[in-house]
Amino acid sequence: MIPADFRYLFPSSVDEAVRMLAEEGEDAKIIAGGQSLVPVLRMRLAAPTALIDIGGLTELTGVRDDGDSLLIGAMTTHYEVQRDHLVQDHALLLRLVTDTIADPQIRHRGTFGGSLCHADPAGDLLAPALALDAVMIIAGPGGRREVPAAEFFVDYFTTALAPDEILIDVRVPKYTGWRAHYEKLNRVAQAWSIVAVAATVQVRDGVISAARVGLTNVGSGPVRAVDVEAALVGQPTSAISEAARLASSGDGYKDNLARVLTGRALTAAVG
Amino acid sequence: MHISVNVDGVTYADEVEPRLLLVHYLRERLSKTGTVVGCDTGNCGACTVHLDGHSVKSCQMLAVQANGHDVTTVEGLARDGKLHPVQEAFHSNHALQCGFCTPGMIMQAIDLLADEPDPDDETVRKGLEGNLCRCTGYQNIVRAVQDAAQRMKPGAGPDQERHSDEHITAKQPVGGE
Repeated sequence: MIPADFRYLFPSSVDEAVRMLAEEGEDAKIIAGGQSLVPVLRMRLAAPTALIDIGGLTELTGVRDDGDSLLIGAMTTHYEVQRDHLVQDHALLLRLVTDTIADPQIRHRGTFGGSLCHADPAGDLLAPALALDAVMIIAGPGGRREVPAAEFFVDYFTTALAPDEILIDVRVPKYTGWRAHYEKLNRVAQAWSIVAVAATVQVRDGVISAARVGLTNVGSGPVRAVDVEAALVGQPTSAISEAARLASSGDGYKDNLARVLTGRALTAAVG
Repeated sequence: MHISVNVDGVTYADEVEPRLLLVHYLRERLSKTGTVVGCDTGNCGACTVHLDGHSVKSCQMLAVQANGHDVTTVEGLARDGKLHPVQEAFHSNHALQCGFCTPGMIMQAIDLLADEPDPDDETVRKGLEGNLCRCTGYQNIVRAVQDAAQRMKPGAGPDQERHSDEHITAKQPVGGE
C-alpha cells in the first residue's frame, strides 16, 4: 500500500529536530533508517502528520571510545556496528546479535537507535541493551537526560521517550575480553525471533567470574535472567546446564525455549 | 518536495510527494522498470538497488530519503553493451527461471562479492538471505555467484571471461546430427 500523506522535515541539527518535534505536536514522528517505520506507514498502522528525518545528522553516526564505555550514535547502522572494531573488542555480544538482524539490505539502512526506539519485543537489540546495562542518552526541550535500559523499555513498542524527545546516543559499558553468543530461534531466514537469548560471560581460569543474560520476545519487553546470572558467578563452566534452568519458572512453550536456549547460548559463549 | 538523485550515472531533479517510495519513483517517474516490486512487504528483495554502493530494498525507502545520494539499479550495470560479470554468470549458470527475483539477486550478489570476494556456499546463502526465489531452489543462484567471484578475481580479464564462456558453450548441444 501507499502510505498516508505526511509532511517531511529535514533538520540540520539535533536541537532543530527537537524544536520541530515540539512544533509539530505528538502526531509527528522521527524517521531514522525507516526499516521498521516505512513498513508501518505502508500498512497504514500509523499515519503521522509529519516525519522528521534525522538521516542527515552525521553527528549521530559512529562509535566512540569514552573511557570505561562506548558511545554508539543512535544513527549508526547495523552494518557499521557489525564492522566496528571498538564493538568487536569491547561489546562482542552486540556484534554477534547485530549479525543476525533481518538481512544485509535492512542492515545497511536500519539503525542501532531506531531499533531500540521501535521497541518491538521481538527486536534483537533490546535484550543485549538490557543485559549490558546500556544507558540511553536522550535530547529534549529541557536539554539532555540519561535513562538506563532497565527503565527505557516500558511495554510493547513503548519506551520512556516523551513525544518531543530523541534518542541520540547509547552508552554501553566496556566488556573487554568477555565471551558471547546470541542463540536465536526462528523458522526461516530473516524471520523475527520466536525466542532468543543474548549471553556474555567473563571466564577466568575456567571459572565464570561474571555473566549477563538477556531474553528476547518472552514478554512485553526484554527480560534479564538475573537468577541465571547469579547462579553462574564463581562457578565452573560445567554449572551452565543447572543455571540455565532458572531462565524461566513457567511451563509454557516459551518458558521451555528460554531455558533450553539459555543453556545453548551460555555453552556456545564459553566454548 | 524537491529532490535531486543520481540514478545509474544520470542526475535527476524532480518534485515528489514525500510519501512516494523509492521503487515507485524509479519505475514510474524514471521508467527504470528493471527494478521490480515483488512482495511489497520488505521480505523478498526483488526491489534491491544500491544506495551509495550498498544494497537496500527500494520498497522500504522513501524517494526523499535518496535525495542527494547515488542509486544504482540493475539497468546501470552493463558497460558499453557488455553485461556485468555477475549478470553474465547468472546467464551462464541458468540461475533463473521466471526471472522475477533476478534483478534483486544480482544487485545483492554484487554487494556480497564486494565484502566477500571468494565466498563459500554458506556465505553466499547467508549473503542472499534477504532475497527470495520461488523457482530455482537457489542451487544455480549460489553457483552463479561463485562463478561470478571467479570472473571478478584480480587478473580475471576479458581473456579469462572468454575462456569460461567457451567452456560453458562447449557443454551445450550444438548443431544438428
